[in-house]
Amino acid sequence: MQIYVCVKHVPDSAAYIRIIDNRHIDENITFLLNPYDEHALTEAVRVRDMHPGSEVIAVCLGKEDAEKTIRSAMAMGADRGILILTETGHDSIETALILKTAIEEDGVPGLIFTGKESIDDQGMQTLFRLGALFDFPVVTNVARLEILAEKALADAEFSGGVVKTYEMSLPCVIGAGKGLNTPKYPTVRDVMRSRKSPVKTLLLPDLKIPPAQARMEVVELIPHLQKRQPVEISGTDSDIAQKIVQILKDEAKVI
Amino acid sequence: MIKHIGVIIEQDNGIMKAANLGMITMARQKHTILFALVMDGSAGALKEKLSSFGISTIIEIRLAEDFQDNPDVRAKAVAKAVEKFELSALFGLSTAMGKDLLPRIAAILDGSLVMDCFDVDLENNIAGTSRYSGKTLAKIKVRGPVPVFGIRPNAREPVQEQKSAGIIQFEAVSLDSKLLRVVKRGETGKDSKISLTEAEIIISGGRGMKNGENFNLLFECAQKLNAAVGSSRVAVDSGWVPYAMQVGQTGEKVSPKVYIACGISGSIQHFAGMKTSGMVIAINLDETAAIMSNCDYYAKADALKIIPEITKLLETS
Repeated sequence: MQIYVCVKHVPDSAAYIRIIDNRHIDENITFLLNPYDEHALTEAVRVRDMHPGSEVIAVCLGKEDAEKTIRSAMAMGADRGILILTETGHDSIETALILKTAIEEDGVPGLIFTGKESIDDQGMQTLFRLGALFDFPVVTNVARLEILAEKALADAEFSGGVVKTYEMSLPCVIGAGKGLNTPKYPTVRDVMRSRKSPVKTLLLPDLKIPPAQARMEVVELIPHLQKRQPVEISGTDSDIAQKIVQILKDEAKVI
Repeated sequence: MIKHIGVIIEQDNGIMKAANLGMITMARQKHTILFALVMDGSAGALKEKLSSFGISTIIEIRLAEDFQDNPDVRAKAVAKAVEKFELSALFGLSTAMGKDLLPRIAAILDGSLVMDCFDVDLENNIAGTSRYSGKTLAKIKVRGPVPVFGIRPNAREPVQEQKSAGIIQFEAVSLDSKLLRVVKRGETGKDSKISLTEAEIIISGGRGMKNGENFNLLFECAQKLNAAVGSSRVAVDSGWVPYAMQVGQTGEKVSPKVYIACGISGSIQHFAGMKTSGMVIAINLDETAAIMSNCDYYAKADALKIIPEITKLLETS
């Protein structure tokens, strides 16, 4: 079985985001593998190891620098990688079309994994669009996955402690949530091996992606630097508690 | 030209979530007529309330019983209603349920989708949302047919506007889902019953909670306040509370009216998840914690002592 994991090269969560020309960010910061994708990869590797003869292929769309993220994916256990080179950003609609074309060009997906969202664009939708293009079922925020002979069972987490178990036909698309597993940090040996693993580079124009009927475009980016003016609440523990209750009642008006 | 806007009403066990009213208020713009899409067979019961917030027509989408809970079938039904009632845009809540439904609808319609919007301008088709984990705000221009907007709960204060809504029945019972079925619905019982993304008040605990048992103090207080309980990443990574409770860059993004941070230092990643809160109250023994200098109220105190005091006060009042 060929297991594809769509990974994204995103700014480090600790990076300071500087906006240039009101629409783009200064990319002179550290980019790395999207954190949710680590859970996707960990699960893909687990499934592969239970199904002899399977392979895990990491697919990534990005600039040349995105090869680092593919190498990270291979250090976490992916057997090989596909980098679709592009200089510009793409919305979720285009991204799904590109990923689908690249996967089809490469092989026959038995399973597709992604993270439940990327921490940069936070679109939460590429996996659903990918599923629709392939006509595969999709479940997001998966916390437990079981692959059976002809179907998959996936527990999806909802707020308020609700868990829904979905049964899907195979192949399917899985959006990994944080509850799915605990990714292991790669060892030095893993990293060394990943350097030698093959990465296939595709050029976007060669994929001949048809134009989409809809489009989402960032027309403005604004820094969100909220600075509050703190007021101290002091006194004994009981004074503080009383003042907080008073604030909740009179100022916030929530009780 | 008058636009027909569809607003997907989200319910929880037959009760309309309060966040719907703010969403309807946001959808009510110049040259719009609002259609509420109700899928849980309660259009009659909601008629008065929806009318008083400016809904002109309620479309009661009737689904076969077996598929009530199936997001694929619900998405197909909404897509059919879009066609039938010539809706030109859709609004839905960017809640856990919305995250499982709205992208499915957008994928069927092959149209645009912006999740977690705090603002939508229907005249120019521009949505305001956050990017880079809340470090930036973005204006997204959507093009193409029937854009879908996922609205952040509590983003807009509900404002009434009296209309007299009629109900139209829309049968979608013939829809099926061969690829996906819901086989079980359960509760972990591990976290608070109130959804983090929708709660008006959130009490969150961090390193200062010291262990998992101490979170019970937060749960007890939350029950009195009708609040949800959240946590920082440290508390999750230490195994004190489940992942579903994490607020932050790789957890839930929340905007409650009040966020009470107990023993949370306030890392950049934590702020990414809660900076859009209305009011932030920080309780921390460490005066130098980052959150103490970027909140509305702070108390240099032990949350393990303050929170039970608050619970006690709420019991007696």
